[in-house]
Amino acid sequence: MEKKTFGLAAMALAAAVGLGGTAVPALAQNEQFIPMLSYRTGAYAPNGIPFANGMGDYYRMINARDGGINGVKILFEECETGYATDKGVECYERLKAKGPTGAAFFNPLSTGITFALTEKAPVDKIPIITMGYGRSESRNGAVFPWNFPLLGTYWTAANIAVQHIAKEMGGFDKLKGKKIALVFHDSPYGKEPIPMLTEMSKLLGFELLLLPVTHPGVEQKSQWLQIRQQRPDYVLLWGWGVMNSTSVKEAAAVGYPRDKMLGVWWSGAEPDVLPAGDQAAGYKALMLQHGAGKFPVHADMLKFAVGKDGSQTKPDEADDVLYNRGLVNAMLGVEAIRTAQKKFGNKPLTGEQIRWGLENLDLSEARIKELGFEGALKPLKISCSDHEGTRFGRVQQWDGKQWKVISDWYEGDDKLLAPMVRDISAKYADEKKIAPRDCSKES
Amino acid sequence: MFYREAGQFKISYSADMAIFPIAQDRIAVLAIVAAAFLLMPFVATEYFLNSIMVPTLILALAAVGLNILVGYCGQVSLGSGAFMAIGAYAAYNFAIRVPELPLLVSILLGGVVSAMVGVFFGIPSLRIKGFYLAVATLAAQFFFDWLFLRAGWFTNYTPSGSVNAPRLDVFGWTVNTPVERYIFVLGLVCVFTLLAKNLVRGHVGRQWMAIRDMDIAAEIIGIRPMYAKLSAFAVSSFFVGVAGALWAFVHLGSWEPLAFSIDRSFQLLFAIIIGGLGSILGCFLGAAFMWILPIFLDIALPPLGELVGWTMDKATVSHFSVMIFGALIIFFLIVEPHGLARLWSIVKEKLRLWPFPY
Repeated sequence: MEKKTFGLAAMALAAAVGLGGTAVPALAQNEQFIPMLSYRTGAYAPNGIPFANGMGDYYRMINARDGGINGVKILFEECETGYATDKGVECYERLKAKGPTGAAFFNPLSTGITFALTEKAPVDKIPIITMGYGRSESRNGAVFPWNFPLLGTYWTAANIAVQHIAKEMGGFDKLKGKKIALVFHDSPYGKEPIPMLTEMSKLLGFELLLLPVTHPGVEQKSQWLQIRQQRPDYVLLWGWGVMNSTSVKEAAAVGYPRDKMLGVWWSGAEPDVLPAGDQAAGYKALMLQHGAGKFPVHADMLKFAVGKDGSQTKPDEADDVLYNRGLVNAMLGVEAIRTAQKKFGNKPLTGEQIRWGLENLDLSEARIKELGFEGALKPLKISCSDHEGTRFGRVQQWDGKQWKVISDWYEGDDKLLAPMVRDISAKYADEKKIAPRDCSKES
Repeated sequence: MFYREAGQFKISYSADMAIFPIAQDRIAVLAIVAAAFLLMPFVATEYFLNSIMVPTLILALAAVGLNILVGYCGQVSLGSGAFMAIGAYAAYNFAIRVPELPLLVSILLGGVVSAMVGVFFGIPSLRIKGFYLAVATLAAQFFFDWLFLRAGWFTNYTPSGSVNAPRLDVFGWTVNTPVERYIFVLGLVCVFTLLAKNLVRGHVGRQWMAIRDMDIAAEIIGIRPMYAKLSAFAVSSFFVGVAGALWAFVHLGSWEPLAFSIDRSFQLLFAIIIGGLGSILGCFLGAAFMWILPIFLDIALPPLGELVGWTMDKATVSHFSVMIFGALIIFFLIVEPHGLARLWSIVKEKLRLWPFPY
């Protein structure tokens, strides 16, 4: 009798879940299913909402303006993860087989979920796009064929951040003896940049002060007290969600100059500075290439998607930093599908076929202009050995009302990045007993 | 009518002491276990196995462990998340540092390490009781959260602090597909549940229950509180540790300390409170309630909303599912404070008398 009701309950729920699962109709067969892992609730919602809006709106716009990708309509569905790894995994399992050909790819928008899905994607043959986040060593496509950390990894970000600090101080040699603090979200996300920063601190002779902040990041008094005592010359911020605005407020409370703070590109959007009000003025952040503001594609967005059928975007929010990042992310996915269609035909494609499209994604300056992303993006070219594609970034500063670009383009230093990617991905391959692909044989 | 024990005579002590003294129960349980092994892999979808069955079974195993401590021995613990983490990280370190060990042995050794740590953190229970003990076990939770985040050795110095489970090779059998994972977990859970059931029926279990009901009286009739309490901590932590290793290796595949945070401890404690303290069946019911209901609400609410012409967006759905979930917890606790297992035994009593209640 111990398991009797359990079994009955399981079966009743099986029936119910099954019914619920099939309630979304897959009527037309000429559809490409794209799952969306998003978070609109919880401590990370202020940042998750604009990003999800941007992605959804781009798919809506492609459907409304072009009738889909070369005639193949995009079918997409959101699943709320709340930035929690176990819920993310559940969403992945729920959505991976939907649509006529299964999920095209996943954008986990959480480094923790990325780590969990990295183990599952090769089995299910579904690529994972982690634009500007995720596992840094997954840039090595020979070991990580299914991961695509497009546009930049955290090691690239850390490298660019130090480059900018050096430039402000007047050269790399000026960093010697200086002290840089890293205030980071105590999770895989926040820890990712540490190897690169440690390496650079040895190389350039600056001292690195590590100050972890526990999830969700609303309690940072002790960290900022340490900053007041230790007086670092610069503070790097690696936060997400409410942690970012809390950091800016705490910096103001201990009197740390905001213009000596540099956030990563996930700590540089409107929800991060607006809650801090005037205190946020002067705060700087990296840019994942694009910034806030409109580029040509926004005209189509407003015409076809924003405020239309299912879209939750308000027109005045349709050019925020994270909304734009959602657009860029969705666009790269759509272009990967388009690339794959050239080889496999204009029909719904499987994850495996789209993986080929991602690996052969090549966006030229002209194509980016054609897509309406002029000025927001540098050309990128993905290959088997480089799943990142491009390593450029800029720095922006909040003037109290809006973000202003204050630097020229920096490029991540591949002399430092490449060996680190090689070593750590080799360690992963060794641990998981993966035989790396030979990239010279891939076309 | 069908559920009646009339005519079933017990002619030996062993028949009287059987786990399921009533023939119908025996048949039903065997049928359910058989269906779980033989039928489920063929009828269930991949999603159902991966996201519903495997996590529910592992959480049920952890709940069995916690129930031994809280429900049978009466020692409140808020550190079960930490003991899951210890099981997971210990198994991980055994697996990568001693690759010759079979994986199943690594997982069991994870449980053993967790049991040893459990005994250590059980020592305060010899002096303090109730809420004070809960606070002491909370210390374990925070300590191990901190340890696995900070001490690089435990995570093999991975830069991000997130570790990956090794390949699941069990004596030459590679556990890879959803069905294999499910069978592997189900097998372990069945073995351990049987073990737990027999432990709590035997003299050890009776010692625990005596301590739970009144420790001074138990001591007077000759039960050693130190032995009883620490053995409960050891057995409980072993179960929870094995569950943690399974959660990490089979369910997640890659994890960080956040997977075993204080939220996990609360989830398990709520599971046994809702399922029924001091009941093995309650562990399964409670784990199913805690894991499946939120997912079910998340999937079922949008179609239900459509029925009344209300298109819910995702944020509304997740807000509503949290609200309904909370309301249901309160509802069940008011209707039956002794948990779902008690509800089931009331149903059984009524079934025995049906259709002639008195």
